[in-house]
Amino acid sequence: MDFTFDEQQLAFRDAIRKFLMVEAAPEWLREIWETTETGRSAELRAKLADQGLTALSVPEEFGGINVGDLDWTLVQQELGYFAIPDSLTATAYLGVYLLNHLPADVALKREWLPRIAAGQARVAVGHPINPMVADAKNADLLLLWHEGEVHALSPAQATLRMNPSIDLSRRLYKIEWTPSEATRVCKATIGQKLWAGTIDRAGLAISAQLIGLAQRMLDLGVDHAAQRKQFGKPIGSFQAVKHHMADVAVKVEFAEPVVHRAAYALAQDDPRAPVYVSQARLAAGEAALLAARKSIQVHGAMGYTWEADLQMFMKRAWALNATWGDSKFHKARLAAAVLADDARVGPGATFA
Amino acid sequence: MRLLYTEKQNQFRAEVREWLAANLPGQPLASFDTPEGFEQHRAWERKLSEKGFSAVTWPKDLGGRGCDLIEWLIFEEEYWAAGSPLRVNQNGVFLLAPTLMEYGTPEQKARFLPRMATAEDIWAQGWSEPGAGSDMAAIRSRAQRDNGHYVVNGQKVWSTRAVWADWIFGLFRTDPNSQRHHGLTFLLMPLKTPGITIRPIKQLNGLPGFAEIFFDDVKVPVENRIGEEGQGWSIAMATAGFERGLMLRSPARFQQTARQLVELYRRHREEADADPGIRDAVIKSWMDAEAYALATYRTACRLAKGGHIGAEASTNKIFWSELDLLMHETAMRILGARGELMPDAADGGDIGAWLDGFLFSLAGPIYAGTNEIQRNIIAERMLGLPRA
Repeated sequence: MDFTFDEQQLAFRDAIRKFLMVEAAPEWLREIWETTETGRSAELRAKLADQGLTALSVPEEFGGINVGDLDWTLVQQELGYFAIPDSLTATAYLGVYLLNHLPADVALKREWLPRIAAGQARVAVGHPINPMVADAKNADLLLLWHEGEVHALSPAQATLRMNPSIDLSRRLYKIEWTPSEATRVCKATIGQKLWAGTIDRAGLAISAQLIGLAQRMLDLGVDHAAQRKQFGKPIGSFQAVKHHMADVAVKVEFAEPVVHRAAYALAQDDPRAPVYVSQARLAAGEAALLAARKSIQVHGAMGYTWEADLQMFMKRAWALNATWGDSKFHKARLAAAVLADDARVGPGATFA
Repeated sequence: MRLLYTEKQNQFRAEVREWLAANLPGQPLASFDTPEGFEQHRAWERKLSEKGFSAVTWPKDLGGRGCDLIEWLIFEEEYWAAGSPLRVNQNGVFLLAPTLMEYGTPEQKARFLPRMATAEDIWAQGWSEPGAGSDMAAIRSRAQRDNGHYVVNGQKVWSTRAVWADWIFGLFRTDPNSQRHHGLTFLLMPLKTPGITIRPIKQLNGLPGFAEIFFDDVKVPVENRIGEEGQGWSIAMATAGFERGLMLRSPARFQQTARQLVELYRRHREEADADPGIRDAVIKSWMDAEAYALATYRTACRLAKGGHIGAEASTNKIFWSELDLLMHETAMRILGARGELMPDAADGGDIGAWLDGFLFSLAGPIYAGTNEIQRNIIAERMLGLPRA
């Protein structure tokens, strides 16, 4: 029994954290999504690729480093903490997962995996669990669900209609396209399982990002409460304010291990992984939504402004929390597992 | 990361399970807040101690089993899953013993710990006073040095298990001119010492689960002092840390309650679903009990790798006490009008021990440092917010 990450995993996480702290200042991120149509930056993508992030899941034979869901989870927490506006997750985690698991003779892998690893291709992934496809227009490759099958096409083969989100960093598209023999890369018998795996990995990535976002909103709230003075002292010295922040700290503390267990279960192909992912989604979502709610309260009127950075993290949390399965989806999965008459629950069932 | 038990751990689990199946009392014991129940629980602790099970993490030569924290978690899982009795000596085993292990002399350890393991001595705690509850540094009970003794005068209150316990540990002011957390000393004394008067206090359930203790020129030998004179506060804070921290409330106990809640819901699914909030609360209970278990395993693994528990221990206490409340409130919602029936009511059906548990769950956010105090600790020591 070892519920810790190894030194190498933590060192990689620390390096990414330091890198993002320096290279992804909120002012620059705002500039990216306020001044570009795509909301994405080639420069930021190149920097992420330099850190190896685009190559994480790609097998070594295709130029990648082939690490697993656990390493990704630590990275995702940092992507959330710094609210990175990039299609990295869809490209390098979900897209690569789908491509990796396509039948061996599919030329698509050889064509795309090396380019993804090198940071030279963006992938958008579309599944009806989401009404929109994020970053579809800016993608080089669309991987789309159709009746359980996997289809691959270029954005030019589809009609895309942009739908604005409250999170200005997101670029969401309603997509119309015609499935054909030419676009199909995987039949439904295999595709069903791949899409289930994609939903779970998206869920894991979002859970981890939500933990990062919750931690960031907590840190922003604490910073503000320590600096802002009223009645002649920092508002963070008042118990009513302290307790808002303490409540968030409790939620984050007990959501993070749930996310890490889900990551382990997915990495091990544990048949209970979907339940654990839904548990992680709900726990991390609860932490992030509470962090948003409490942090805006502690910020006072400043928290309600465009100017304060809090909005970047708050809006990302609201948006992510409802994609790749909203609370209705995840709670239904959990209920089916926990409330079934033959479900094994209780002491000793946690890892058994 | 490797979330699997070793062969040795699985064998230990099997051993505990088999032993409990063979040795658990056939009938539920009477409440340990009654004289006969107290002695039944003492006998059970003694039985546990035959296998080193009353204090599994202690070294074998002190009456324990030499288990690491993962084995402790396994033991607790089997213990609560089997429906075993509450632990009458938990004040001693989980609160005082860690302090003795860290601050006690070899003589003190040998003198107190084996008798604690066999429940020959059952311990009560003496922290709170009428004017010192959440503000524990306001302690006024005095202990005046007189050659080889301290002479203790004053009053303690809310002293759990004190009505029938054998010994008490607590903090006393040895420097009469000291303020706040200075000048306090950690002392142990038998409750039968002349000059001690115990007045039971009835709890919500009508039983005397705690007591007031009056000290009138009570002579306590100096060798019953833990640590140095005047060091009591920092030693007690370490004990309070253990209490809030890992060992007092193992996740298994809450997981067992969550399991019982899920089973109660399954039996009454149709009527329970008439109140849509119930189903959600049952799922949430399972989720949070699992989260508490996962977080505890993570902490145990970090400790095994040389980490330590800091102010985040305060998050534990808030989390489990609020979970315990949620589970019991939800059970009461499912039971509806049967919820008020006492356990011995003839027509209660499957009311089980939910009412008693509900009452006890109300104490969770209050004892061992109220949850408000815990939130202050989290805000100041974990998040770095300024003191008032």
